[in-house]
Amino acid sequence: MISKIAWKNTWFKPLNTFLSIILLTASVSIISILILLQKQFEEKFSSSMDNIDLVLGAKGSPLQLILSSVYQIDAPPGNIPYPQTETWMQNPMVESAVPLAYGDNYLGYKIVGTNDNYLKHFNLHLAEGIPFSKDFEVVVGAGIAKNIGLKIGDTFFGTHGDAEEGEVHDHHAYKVVGILEPSGKVADQLILSNIESVWHMHDHDHEGHSEGVHDHFEDEEHQHNEEINPHEGKEITAVFLKLRNNMAKMTWPRIIPQNTDIQAASPALEVNRLFALFGVGITALKYLAFGIMFISGISIFVALYNTLKERKYEFALLRITGASKFQLLWLVLLESVFLCVAGFILGIIFGRIGLYFLSVSSQEEFKMAFNPFEFLWKEEGLLFLATLSVGILAAIIPAIKAYSLNISKTLSNA
Amino acid sequence: MIKTQNVTFSYSAQQNFHFPDMECADGQTLLITGNSGTGKTTLLHLLGGLLQPEMGEILINNQNIQALTASKQDAFRGQSVGMILQKSFFIEALTVLDNVVLASWVAKGIKAKEKAWSILDNLGLKDHAYKLPGQLSIGQQQRVNIARALINNPSVILADEPTSSLDDENALIVARLLSDLAKEYQSSLIIVTHDQRLKSLFNHQITLS
Repeated sequence: MISKIAWKNTWFKPLNTFLSIILLTASVSIISILILLQKQFEEKFSSSMDNIDLVLGAKGSPLQLILSSVYQIDAPPGNIPYPQTETWMQNPMVESAVPLAYGDNYLGYKIVGTNDNYLKHFNLHLAEGIPFSKDFEVVVGAGIAKNIGLKIGDTFFGTHGDAEEGEVHDHHAYKVVGILEPSGKVADQLILSNIESVWHMHDHDHEGHSEGVHDHFEDEEHQHNEEINPHEGKEITAVFLKLRNNMAKMTWPRIIPQNTDIQAASPALEVNRLFALFGVGITALKYLAFGIMFISGISIFVALYNTLKERKYEFALLRITGASKFQLLWLVLLESVFLCVAGFILGIIFGRIGLYFLSVSSQEEFKMAFNPFEFLWKEEGLLFLATLSVGILAAIIPAIKAYSLNISKTLSNA
Repeated sequence: MIKTQNVTFSYSAQQNFHFPDMECADGQTLLITGNSGTGKTTLLHLLGGLLQPEMGEILINNQNIQALTASKQDAFRGQSVGMILQKSFFIEALTVLDNVVLASWVAKGIKAKEKAWSILDNLGLKDHAYKLPGQLSIGQQQRVNIARALINNPSVILADEPTSSLDDENALIVARLLSDLAKEYQSSLIIVTHDQRLKSLFNHQITLS
């Protein structure tokens, strides 16, 4: 019955209630979005990094190299000569190596030239069809197949570069031969072909204008190599390496750039640096949200405290009908707790809705989706406790005032 | 049944009250009159256990209420005393019916909904049961107060100026209603008032000075 009175009282002054609940909802939804975003973001980043100890690529920003190769977010820093890279890939300390060659995209989805090692390396399985083997055969990620409705046997033309609006390579069509099972990894949003497809697609273009660059590498290589490497003059974008030896993980990032035009970057290191960077932003946002929660606590306090004066007759009435002091204390606390529970539930719901829309737009822009229906019991449980404590703290002074009300004086002065 | 012996109370060294002994049997009505400042409301609060006397005894059904702890006094007041206040107070957010039922729940832990219905019916408030108290007239609100005071079958009904805000006709109706109800429910009724119109109605009277 006390809870019924508390509940009815909560809705009897809807404006006060509304203000407090809106503030609580705002803070809880911001915090829950941040918690989910951070966790899912880190999960996605870490899962794509599995099995990659080092990434070889053009010299430049190591973070850019990692983002472009492992996560397909940034543009790559440049290309590296394939023959030089091959010597590292064939090193006995390398357990597995996956070359990547970028060139084109289809409707914004990157077409990546690689070898069949890619599927093994990331433990990817085909949902249907077969792996690519001949030139211009492609396997598409589950996300792409779903979003743009590609099926086995479909053909399409790639667009040069990584922007959707570019020069269309209409002399060779790609043909879909396989579709991957959804893996939650970057591969969901990639189109995979063999490296030769990428080379052949571009040899055609580059005849004439970029010959000079190739010649330069060829001259250099010819001085050292007696045999003619069939890959002479070919370029790729990056190589994923899994190493057998921890020592190599430590030393290669230093040795490789000293001897070649290639750099070796560690995804673990770079991603940690990235998390540290945006961790600051997330922390700032969390402080902001807790600030809003603090303000909502003050708003609950002011609302309860202001109504104490008019409600003291109500309290006196409860006392003369036999309510104990403790029941009045409980009544005031309960009203505040109701607000907090309502604010928390609404906050969690709005947080999920917010994350859903965020996910839709990040999927469009960065090919990265978030799951709004995940519930983090520990983190969000703590958030619930925090919300509840705000409510109890806000109500404690008004509750004690109700507890220690002098009924006789209240009634005499009525 | 309510009985007092030698009750004194003081707010400060200058403001002392010494109240005459009084007794009121079940079903009887005792009228306590006096001018402002003679301690009428103080006496009523003492009888209801809202204030503690300096000296003396207050016995309700032979229970000395000063002997009870604070929380037991709250419970005892809820079960054995019905108070009707000068002004009408309600839980504004609850309906008339819930306000009456509330008194039974707070005091006894049961929701005497049917009893509340019959009392409201008895007082002509059946049609207003689902309204909020703020929607009723002052006279109707006073009757809701009476219904609430009666719901727990109290041994003692304490009424503080129940008729002062009513016109002549209604004042007499309410006073008679109260004393009839006290007889019907076998409660001791104590009315504290400065309302001269009630003096002619009741034989049993004490005047404070």
